[in-house]
Amino acid sequence: MVDIPEHLLLRSAEARAKALGISVEQALAEMKGESTPTVVAEEPEVIEIDTPAPAKAEVPAPVETPVTEEEPAKAEVPAPVETPVTEEEPAKAEVPAPVETPVTEEEPAKAEVPAPVETPVTEEEPAKAEVPAPVKAKAPAPAKDDSPEEVDFAPEVKVTQRLLTVVKAKPIQKASAEPVDKVNTWPHLMLPEFISLMAMMAFLIILSAILQAPLLEEANPNITPNPAKAPWYFLGLQEALSYWDPQIAGVMIPLVIGLIGFAAIPYIDRNPENNPSKRKYAIMMFTFFLAGAGTLTIIGVLFRGPGWNWTYPWIDGIWFDDLLDWIYFE
Amino acid sequence: MAKLTLRERFKKGAEGSGDSLRGSKFATSIFRPGSPFRKGYSDSPRNRSYVVMNNVLYHLHPVKVKRHGVRLSYTLCLGGMSFFLFIVLTITGIWLMFYFRPTEMAYADIQALQTSVAFGSLVRNMHRWGAHLMVLVVFLHMSRVFYHGAYKAPREFNWVIGVILLFLTLFLSFTGYLLPWDQLAIWAVTVGGNMASYTPVFGAQIKFGLFAGLEATTATLLRFYVLHVLFFPFIIVIFMAIHFWRVRKDGGISGPL
Repeated sequence: MVDIPEHLLLRSAEARAKALGISVEQALAEMKGESTPTVVAEEPEVIEIDTPAPAKAEVPAPVETPVTEEEPAKAEVPAPVETPVTEEEPAKAEVPAPVETPVTEEEPAKAEVPAPVETPVTEEEPAKAEVPAPVKAKAPAPAKDDSPEEVDFAPEVKVTQRLLTVVKAKPIQKASAEPVDKVNTWPHLMLPEFISLMAMMAFLIILSAILQAPLLEEANPNITPNPAKAPWYFLGLQEALSYWDPQIAGVMIPLVIGLIGFAAIPYIDRNPENNPSKRKYAIMMFTFFLAGAGTLTIIGVLFRGPGWNWTYPWIDGIWFDDLLDWIYFE
Repeated sequence: MAKLTLRERFKKGAEGSGDSLRGSKFATSIFRPGSPFRKGYSDSPRNRSYVVMNNVLYHLHPVKVKRHGVRLSYTLCLGGMSFFLFIVLTITGIWLMFYFRPTEMAYADIQALQTSVAFGSLVRNMHRWGAHLMVLVVFLHMSRVFYHGAYKAPREFNWVIGVILLFLTLFLSFTGYLLPWDQLAIWAVTVGGNMASYTPVFGAQIKFGLFAGLEATTATLLRFYVLHVLFFPFIIVIFMAIHFWRVRKDGGISGPL
């Protein structure tokens, strides 16, 4: 068995001793298994405390208020004084709580106690009779000698909790997403990632060891090569420039289609499906774009020679120095 | 007492020899509680989580990912490859900066790098081919994301970030293209700058700002150098951070289809 630390054992023994009404030493011995556990058949003391409790609770108000009018009046003066006018009876009947306070020194308690002699403002009396609840709450306050609070509560051994309300079992956060099948990142994601990373590194090193990056003669602004070509990823654009007005090909395509059009794709395509068979139009458009851009780029790289005239790479050679330099690298 | 063989003595000495080191205050100050470097690793779900949680780099990942997303055929690892190539390019680029001056000496520096610096040619090749590869991989990554419909809600804005990243990649590559300062570089950049000059209203101003003059000179070289090694990397790292963050905030990988 697990060793329970001494202080924890002692604390639970104290709790048990208190609950069963036995001594702490006995409880401790029971918990350690040195003596047979005390079995509690019934709780006699609990019952007997219960009986006097209601008896006292019923009579507190009349008991403390047999005195003159002044005493309860003092108790009430600090309480709400906001409704000093007494004429409106129905209003008072509706709002029971402040009713008894306003004017009268004579006490709500008098509604129960038989001495409502003075009755300065007579209209309120029925209202008071209706609302005895706040009366009781106030009445115990001036009584210092008596202690009704203690008996108001049941013994702690008996009652530890009470039902306030029943709340329907409904989660605070609604889980709208279906539970998904997940795996641990380590090793199921990081291992493939690491392997592909190493593969890419190996590929790049081998590529760099075999293919020499081009380095032509030093830059000379006075000697223009023919043709002068942009980097390969702009060659599709350069090819398009040879067909259309530069305002269209040089600006509309890269800026409007390229940047703005691409960025706007998710806001144009509102189809929530991501299954390819349910978004054929979007896929078709994008594939058209890819094919067009790829074709233009390949034409620009391989099929354009001096004067941007059409050439065949297998007849006239490649007119792209970036490619040329390492293809013929020996 | 039985005499131990050398092998047994080694074995005995090695037993628990790491424990005092691992348990030392210095080591425990480095590795967080639960780190495999503190307690050693044994395969358990808890330790699998700790591996990810206790490392700042792995921490880019969540502890768990969707099962369909770890299939290589789903992502082809293209996003990760883009990031990895960016790191490779950063490292090789910093290395190249030691040997390069963005002045009229630029061409001579490249020549010297290729002929008289150890591994100079290899590192330059890696930087150049890596850059081309990165443009390609970023573009393929974008295509992959499109075909999976991964730009759809709630990932719309991350797609926008991705398009910005693609353009930043192109700008990085284009500004780097000029730096060798050979005929290929200067005329490619001249062509590119002329394309930019077709911008409707501000065309001439854009070209002038880009070239620091009317045509590509060493002033252009300096300008492109600063854009290439400092400005665009700085910008792209910010957008990359947002991109990765949004990937996780938007619920990880999309799909399955």
